[in-house]
Amino acid sequence: MLLAVVTITAIALLAGVGLAFVYRRLPAPDGDLVDEVDKLLPQTQCAQCGFPGCRPYAAAIVEGSATINLCPPGGDETVRRLARLLGKDVIPLAGSAIAAVAVINEADCIGCYHCRNACPVDAIVGAPQFMHTVIEAECTGCELCVAPCPVDCIEMRPVA
Amino acid sequence: MTAPTYDLGTMHGGLRLPAFKHESTSGPVRDVAIPTQLVLPIEQRAGGAAQPVVRVGQSVLRGQVIAEPGSGTGVPVHASSSGRVVAIESRPVARRHGGTAPCIVIECDGRDEAMPAQRHGQFREIAPADLLLQILDGGIAGLGGAVFPTAQKLMQARSAEVELLILNGVECEPYISCDDMLMRTRAEAVVGGAQILLQALQAGTCVIVVESDKPDALARLGEVLADTGDERISLKQVPTIYPSGGEDQLVQLITSREVPTGGLPTDVGCLVQNVGTAAAVHDWIVGNEPLISRITTVSGDGVATPVNVRARLGTPLADVVRAAGGYRGEPRHLLVGGPMTGKSVTTDEVPLVKATNCVLVLADAPTVGTERPCIRCGDCAAVCPVRLQPQQLLWYANADHEDGLRDFGLIDCIECGCCDLVCPSHIRLTAAFRHAKGRIRELADEKARAERARQRFEARDERLQRASREREAELARQKAAARSAGPAAIAEILARKRGKDEDAAE
Repeated sequence: MLLAVVTITAIALLAGVGLAFVYRRLPAPDGDLVDEVDKLLPQTQCAQCGFPGCRPYAAAIVEGSATINLCPPGGDETVRRLARLLGKDVIPLAGSAIAAVAVINEADCIGCYHCRNACPVDAIVGAPQFMHTVIEAECTGCELCVAPCPVDCIEMRPVA
Repeated sequence: MTAPTYDLGTMHGGLRLPAFKHESTSGPVRDVAIPTQLVLPIEQRAGGAAQPVVRVGQSVLRGQVIAEPGSGTGVPVHASSSGRVVAIESRPVARRHGGTAPCIVIECDGRDEAMPAQRHGQFREIAPADLLLQILDGGIAGLGGAVFPTAQKLMQARSAEVELLILNGVECEPYISCDDMLMRTRAEAVVGGAQILLQALQAGTCVIVVESDKPDALARLGEVLADTGDERISLKQVPTIYPSGGEDQLVQLITSREVPTGGLPTDVGCLVQNVGTAAAVHDWIVGNEPLISRITTVSGDGVATPVNVRARLGTPLADVVRAAGGYRGEPRHLLVGGPMTGKSVTTDEVPLVKATNCVLVLADAPTVGTERPCIRCGDCAAVCPVRLQPQQLLWYANADHEDGLRDFGLIDCIECGCCDLVCPSHIRLTAAFRHAKGRIRELADEKARAERARQRFEARDERLQRASREREAELARQKAAARSAGPAAIAEILARKRGKDEDAAE
């Protein structure tokens, strides 16, 4: 009887120490999951989800404070992939988006520099008092530069 | 000289297809007259179109460079006859699902005046690196159908230490017989090209591979090899199985080495070149004639006399078919390439290009049965030369399941069409795989773009943080400086400021 109690207690202790050790040594699973979710997002950094970028949105999804259908640039495809990763149901996308790039009407640009500051991926080149232009290949179509423009010379052009 | 069939590796699957080659090989190769207009696409295999270096209205000579490759992965385009450039515009070309491409159109003057010959000298005395550049200047690209720039292929091979050069004269697809006729009529050029390629590659040995249904070509090559006495070059015969002429399949047959997934024959020490490419290299380096013409097979039950013709690049297919006696009745189906891998086109205005190894005219559109659900019989897996599981891949392709497609090796599909042919449910597997490949490429592009955007976003974030840190540090420094200067200095500054304010008030 005593032997049995001692043996079981010893096993329980050993297992506990082992678990604690493993728990300390392995990286926090949450951080990994945020990475995984972040990888599935389109990285437009457009903030259309209501968070200040793709990674914060990923963190919010993992935390449970945001639904998985808030990313218009990612579209239904991203919702599907997120659902698969997180074991959630596929839900329809909130809002819709077509892939587009920003184009600056260079004749109207006054060189105010506002759009350049707004661009999350540094896809606008130009200097104060000089004309700006968008590097098409780097533009993610987030539309963040459209609102700050005082002369409304930026338009979103759909990409074929 | 004999050509042994023993000592071969094995190839999985494949099909014995009816050849339909007898008719087109029974007569000599006919020359197609220079047409009134040549249409030369300047599109390259990769990396955008070449840059035209001629203007509309300018006169050009045969062999003159009319477009230079923009990026590092193209070949120059030469005028294939003399005349005047009349347009640089988009024209229909032989591409899947139709479509147009930028072309240079030359109105021929019929004189066919050549550029002054550019001497290359004895190829044995040219350094291999210079030889590569010369091959590039000749506009030479793989004539087997993929038109990969030959010089670049050689360059890759040189950095990978290739020991064996394989000249592909297998030509396993039904109807096509242009390589057969080339080997019969111009075996010297093929062997000469092999010698030049060996010199450029600095490779040890070369084997010319011919399918067993081409005895005449084998005999002719044997004679020429015996005359040349070049010990490095040998001849091998492979059984007639489609698609033994696929690059990886051929390497496997000849060396028993399997090209790794996503890899190239150079990964297992081999380089495969088409026999036509070798002949073109010979014609350029020894004969000073850039790649401006090629032999192509005109065949099918929709042409009057199936035949092989030699035509200038840019000749409209209508002229090419006319050289074969024209259409028989109302043609229903025009294919550029063979029946298995060819592209169907809707107009015979499209020009002959380097990749055009066959013009196939069928009196009736091929009948394909109604598609029924897959019964998972596995016949497709049995014939697949790359040992894929088409039935499983189809499942994933329909579900748009990227990981499944990748895990089951979709990228290794060579689109040979064997699975389509044996499928009892008449499922268009190859078309589905082609589409799925495009989809995977799209997804990969998207992912790469997202990754780039993330990096740029992070770099910007870091820059902004650094700037704000620097600003704070600067403020702190100024504050500290003011403090260390003592109360007297501060009082003085304040007095100065007050004085200014009073000035302003006045």
